[in-house]
Amino acid sequence: MTYPPKSSAPPPGPNLPTLPAVPAQPAPPAPAPTGTGTGTGSSPTPPPTPRRRTAFAEGFDQLRAAATTEPGRLRIIGALLALLVIAFGSVTAWQMTARATAADDVLTSSQPLSSDAADIYRSLADANTAASSGFLAGGQETAATRDRYEKDIRTAAEKLVNAAANADPDSPSTATIAKLNRLLPEYKGLVERARTYNRQGFPVGGAYLRYANEKMQQQMLPAAEDLYKKENQRLRADYADATPYPWAAIALGVAALAALAWAQHRTYQRTNRVLNHGLVAATATATVVLLWLVVGHSVARAGLNDSYDHGVRSLNVLHDARIASLKARGNENLTLVARGAETKKVGDETYDAYDYDFGTDIKALGRHLAAAGKLADDTSGEQPVTAAVGNMKEWQKRHTAAREQDENGNYQQALDRVIGPRGATGECFDSVDKNLHTALVHEETEFKRAAGDGRDALTGLAAGAAVLAVLGAAGAVLGIGRRLSEYR
Amino acid sequence: MRSTLRGWGGVTAMAVVCALVAFIALCLPRTAVTTDGRAATRTAHTTPTAQTKADEDCDDPEKQTLAPSSADGDTIQAIKNREGEKRKLIVGVDQNSYRWGYRNPNSGRTAELEGFDIDLVHRIAEDILGDPNAVQFKAIPTDQRIPAIKDGRVDMVVRTMTINCARIKDVAFSAPYFKTGQQVLAPKSSPVKGYDDTLANRRICTAAGSTAYSTLEADQKKGELPSTTDISTTVPNQLDCLVRLQLGEVDAVVTDGALAASQAAQDPTVQLKGEAFTAEYYGVAMKKDADDLVRRVNQILVDYRGDTANGWQASYDKWLSATLGKDAKKSEPPAPEYLRRT
Repeated sequence: MTYPPKSSAPPPGPNLPTLPAVPAQPAPPAPAPTGTGTGTGSSPTPPPTPRRRTAFAEGFDQLRAAATTEPGRLRIIGALLALLVIAFGSVTAWQMTARATAADDVLTSSQPLSSDAADIYRSLADANTAASSGFLAGGQETAATRDRYEKDIRTAAEKLVNAAANADPDSPSTATIAKLNRLLPEYKGLVERARTYNRQGFPVGGAYLRYANEKMQQQMLPAAEDLYKKENQRLRADYADATPYPWAAIALGVAALAALAWAQHRTYQRTNRVLNHGLVAATATATVVLLWLVVGHSVARAGLNDSYDHGVRSLNVLHDARIASLKARGNENLTLVARGAETKKVGDETYDAYDYDFGTDIKALGRHLAAAGKLADDTSGEQPVTAAVGNMKEWQKRHTAAREQDENGNYQQALDRVIGPRGATGECFDSVDKNLHTALVHEETEFKRAAGDGRDALTGLAAGAAVLAVLGAAGAVLGIGRRLSEYR
Repeated sequence: MRSTLRGWGGVTAMAVVCALVAFIALCLPRTAVTTDGRAATRTAHTTPTAQTKADEDCDDPEKQTLAPSSADGDTIQAIKNREGEKRKLIVGVDQNSYRWGYRNPNSGRTAELEGFDIDLVHRIAEDILGDPNAVQFKAIPTDQRIPAIKDGRVDMVVRTMTINCARIKDVAFSAPYFKTGQQVLAPKSSPVKGYDDTLANRRICTAAGSTAYSTLEADQKKGELPSTTDISTTVPNQLDCLVRLQLGEVDAVVTDGALAASQAAQDPTVQLKGEAFTAEYYGVAMKKDADDLVRRVNQILVDYRGDTANGWQASYDKWLSATLGKDAKKSEPPAPEYLRRT
């Protein structure tokens, strides 16, 4: 209620009707304004401060007035039912859109990116190993190692572009990718110089290769590992967004159904009519949406959890195994390259630093392979892992023999047993790598199937919920409207 | 009203204290690290000064060796007693010094090391064990030469190792087998003219633990090298300096003239600048108490120098004449003197 200033004189009291200016006298009981039960300022002493009423309070009062008549009540019930059903539909649509997006990200973005990051690491480490076994450990590089090196560099470059396209600008991943993109040509440049000098027979080629190796070990591989970790975090975050139950939507759905049931019961009590078509239609749509929501999400959740347990976890372990085997191979080569230059003291014993690291890496490989074997849930997943374990054991055996030759000063024999054409540890490493690749492809298919099933279970759920909710609300309004028309 | 204010005051005070604690906790380790780092560099820099002092303490370190003898003692007997495949002389060498000790990638699919130092190693092995190839080579970085001998990882080090006063405290040297001196290496187009004021504001690369580094460090203290010369770049091997030079990370390299010539031989755009500014002698380093081995090596060196067909001169002609000149006079060691008695 407002008080438009009608004269310069202030009104004598807040609730007094505007009257000709007369001396103050006890105000007559003012007629209540239509439709509201506002108190009239009939008290002899006017309240000290003018009290303004809020729109909400007024609306509430209007409702209370309406609630005194049946048509009014019906209008309120109809509005509330429509509101509940719409709220249920929109919250469902909103929550399921978020989950469907996250599930889609898992399948099409974050998991492939996490695999890409692992591939970047693998390609870089493999390129470095190929370069060092190519010619640091003996003579000119062979066509096979050169091709391997070039292929690795190409893979790393391609995956980096892919990772860059999928990373958010300003994210830490982008900074890491930029760093790797900057270092890769630097590294390649150093290796090319090393090759040129090596062809001329100058040992400075070896010095360039050492410098390149240092860049790789100290800057590039840590950055690649960092990227892999970040992409894995993103993958886990997407899983965390996709799998939790949509409690708000479910609660609203239950509330909407309960309200509809109550409304129908009330109608029945007042009219003895069992069915109100509109309300029945509203109940039916709300039930469909709720069932679809619960079942669809449960299926999706099951699929996604399955893809995590049998896909992502296996993939992670296999990636770790592959990286461990690469590190082991790199250190095995460097043992021969360094030729005793670096030692490490553990307790009282002095070890060759690279050979000691080889031992650590092989142990890690064994651990990861054992874990991968446990996670593999079918024979086609298990078979390559078992084969890799066999390769690893043979590798260890041959490595020991090669070390013995080197310890005895038979460098050339040791070299032949590590990078030679036949019976060398290189064969075992290649077999481990190939088997792990097979296992990775298999687990990747498993992951795609399970996660795809999960994601597909959510298809159309958001849109369907929205459309059905609108239909349901319309049904509720129509149903109530039908009852309402009986009062005219 | 006041009481509520007081309540907020307490909260603010707590927040301030928390922030302070967090700040200190975050900053302290960082400061600690920097002080550690500084302390570490400082010790690294003082060691060579100690070496220079030792240099002043002793006269003619290259003469502090034992008289030659062919008699077997405990050390030689222990080497000879090695069984089967292990009956080899374990020698620390370099695999990066062109024409001194290196692997030629074009020498077929063998990984044999070759060079002037390697020839001498084969000679020693032949004399002691009767087989020139009874050698186990271990490649060791410049600053690991003395620890490798002291730890017994190698029997001897034949790796362009300068005999100096600091080192004879830790290891025993043979008589000198080569003469060289520190020299400056820079691009042909560089304004650096030699070991002089043209090095002002230039960055110099040296190998960690080399005589080159300790000389530079001492000369800069004495004011003989401009104080604006940056000598902070040190690398594991002198050859790594050539890489840094080519990549433009340094302006000049200081190393033994013999090795600098090897570097110049691998890159026609760099050259030796000025004359050698020190006189140094290479020796075979052995364990401090391996007297019989030292005497034996000295005897071998006498024979090696005297052998005109297959000895010192032949090895020089084969490996070094191309880089150091046909005339070996500049590189020949002086007539050995054996002043060490015990």
